[in-house]
Amino acid sequence: MATDGLHENETLASLKSEAESLKGKLEEERAKLHDVELHQVAERVEALGQFVMKTRRTLKGHGNKVLCMDWCKDKRRVVSSSQDGKVIVWDSFTTNKEHAVTMPCTWVMACAYAPSGCAIACGGLDNKCSVYPLTFDKNENMAAKKKSVAMHTNYLSACSFTNSDMQILTASGDGTCALWDVESGQLLQSFHGHGADVLCLDLAPSETGNTFVSGGCDKKAMVWDMRSGQCVQAFETHESDVNSVRYYPSGDAFASGSDDATCRLYDLRADREVAIYSKESIIFGASSVDFSLSGRLLFAGYNDYTINVWDVLKGSRVSILFGHENRVSTLRVSPDGTAFCSGSWDHTLRVWA
Amino acid sequence: MATVAGCTPHGRSSRTQRPHLSKMERVIVSMQDPDQGVKMRSQRLLITAIPHAVAGRDVVEWLVQKFCISEEEALHLGTLLAQHGYIYPLHESRDLTLRPDETPYRFQTPYFWTSTLWPAAELDYAIYLAKKNIQKQGALVDYEKEHYTQLHKKINHAWDLVVMQAREQLRAAKQRRKGDRLVISCQEQTYWLVNRPPPGVPNILEQGPERGSYNSSRVQMSSDFYKCEIERFRKALGRNRVKSSVCLEAYLKFSSQHGPHDPILSGCLPSNPWITDDVTYWAMNAPKVAAPTKLRVERWSFSFRELLDDPVGRGHFMDFLQKEFSAENLSFWEACEELRFGGQAQVPALVDAVYQQFLAPGAARWVNIDSRTMEWTLEGMRQPHRYVLDAAQLHIYMLMKKDSYPRFLKSDIYKGLLEEAVIPLETKRRAFPFLRKPLHSSPSPVLQSTPEEPAVTSTPAGGNGKQ
Repeated sequence: MATDGLHENETLASLKSEAESLKGKLEEERAKLHDVELHQVAERVEALGQFVMKTRRTLKGHGNKVLCMDWCKDKRRVVSSSQDGKVIVWDSFTTNKEHAVTMPCTWVMACAYAPSGCAIACGGLDNKCSVYPLTFDKNENMAAKKKSVAMHTNYLSACSFTNSDMQILTASGDGTCALWDVESGQLLQSFHGHGADVLCLDLAPSETGNTFVSGGCDKKAMVWDMRSGQCVQAFETHESDVNSVRYYPSGDAFASGSDDATCRLYDLRADREVAIYSKESIIFGASSVDFSLSGRLLFAGYNDYTINVWDVLKGSRVSILFGHENRVSTLRVSPDGTAFCSGSWDHTLRVWA
Repeated sequence: MATVAGCTPHGRSSRTQRPHLSKMERVIVSMQDPDQGVKMRSQRLLITAIPHAVAGRDVVEWLVQKFCISEEEALHLGTLLAQHGYIYPLHESRDLTLRPDETPYRFQTPYFWTSTLWPAAELDYAIYLAKKNIQKQGALVDYEKEHYTQLHKKINHAWDLVVMQAREQLRAAKQRRKGDRLVISCQEQTYWLVNRPPPGVPNILEQGPERGSYNSSRVQMSSDFYKCEIERFRKALGRNRVKSSVCLEAYLKFSSQHGPHDPILSGCLPSNPWITDDVTYWAMNAPKVAAPTKLRVERWSFSFRELLDDPVGRGHFMDFLQKEFSAENLSFWEACEELRFGGQAQVPALVDAVYQQFLAPGAARWVNIDSRTMEWTLEGMRQPHRYVLDAAQLHIYMLMKKDSYPRFLKSDIYKGLLEEAVIPLETKRRAFPFLRKPLHSSPSPVLQSTPEEPAVTSTPAGGNGKQ
């Protein structure tokens, strides 16, 4: 008869030390194949020319801190959410507001645009992720058709539709991520492994895989198999909360931004961190990161109100962008790479190009 | 000053939760280094000389030298240090910003450092306001008067204590030298400007919703957690890794290939709509445009995924496959995608429809997968789920990628498309940019939505998904 649970000599302490020693062995193994640094390889690459990016649009209308934003596939519409519960859909090219809904909770920390452009998802301190179909019908109250999809036991920190309007991936302060069927609200898969709040996630652009990466308050970035719910790779080199993760366009790597004031690049095939983007004068945490279309540039928004632009290959900072008057909380490059949008605690969003 | 309990409502100490505070403090300490720090001097205020003062201009210069940054960045960083109360202006200004001129500043005493005494107690604030009120009638500004009134109501029962403490502190202060009295008054004022910011000034102490409050410490401590970790590490140790040199070369290749296609990096033709307000670029690159641009057609040759992701590219690839009598492969792949990302309720019906159309013996659009995969798939179909066709889908995907796709790139269809493809002419920025064209709205996707034709239909002569 198989006995489950702890054997007498398998104390908590011995488990912990076994984990520690395996972790050390893993670091050794990873180091064995690390034969060159990225900036060395990048010496042959031409340096980038003079870099000029300016604010081209300012979206004013939120009455409080902007916490999250996402682009529509049409490359000009965006959805944004704020601390006072308002979620707004804008045509950011004309700066017109097209839709607005007030959530029954404050601190709406996550929002996402559906691939069809016909719905949005959002959530925050209500511990849920809700989907709102967008409508121009004046007689219809957007809140009436709202669908409650995800239920977590702590705040919702991030959400994203998969390839269709019918599935949503969420991350939560309860330490888990989850995949949901929008129509029924059914939980399709849950992902356990983070030791603390999960703060961010990003779906992989890979051609055959079903994977995504998440980052959390346990300083880890974890890569998951959506089918099995298993963690397939994990990285723990940051010194503080991982606020943002974003895949490199080829899907072979991802970048992260953390409260330790650094951004880092992790390669999935080499299974290790391959670059750190940091500067002594950058003291405040990076809240949000995204790549330009070719992956050569990494844009990172920081809690010191600035946006730093990094040369991904050479590791150097290309430019610093001033303009926001409070923390930059969210940053995404547009789907066709012509611009990026940043949202801030100064109540505004800016489109830069 | 009444001491504040060191406990914070958060699970972690304020220092570890805010690494930026310790980093700022390290900078502040370096600034005060007698040899390497900012030039200090004595500042004359009326008839008093205050030692260890620094000029705003010198602080900026020091930051420029120390971190090799521009003046603009140094000023920004210096202002953040002031906003966080680490340096304060000597002229009793309520403005915690850094002026890059002769304005004198001093370094805040560690006793009042933002990280040391948080959260600031109501009682202490009441005493501070009471002191100000007693000292100089009308010294309190509007928001302070409001706070004062509120606190008076709230701590009414202990108000005598507040006034007594205030009087006592004022009396003790009188014993000090004028210079010290002035400095302490500035230090205290700065502390309260940080902890009770005036309206309109961002509260730098605000961190957003609590993190780590959920009892994740329980997760950390359990044996199950460590068992999972051990399992994870064991698996990781067994995985195949690729040499760094190989992986990093791939980035160079990818970015050089995609660089010219990156609008932020290389610009875009005719122009970037955000810069010139001209939407021609978007019109020319619409999802289903009749004449794709040269850059777009080139991208189809970068990878099979790039070709499939573009509706125009995929359409031409389908045409090519039809000529080769293997169009059912792409249709099958599309049907599998629909299953994978579709609604849960549609799963059984879709699986059945796909089977009937593509996999059943004698099916109208039979796809050729190897017998082992077919066996495996049929087995799984007894209990259909959204991933039941994964193996078959992968097989067909690889078939197209390794065989049909390279042939497509060599085909006359593709070569013709490349030749015909448009290279737009550059639109220069208008000479008079202030004569802006009105910005037109584009039709919202909400208004345009037509129900998508499914890739799979139940009749044998089903559509191939093309509109």
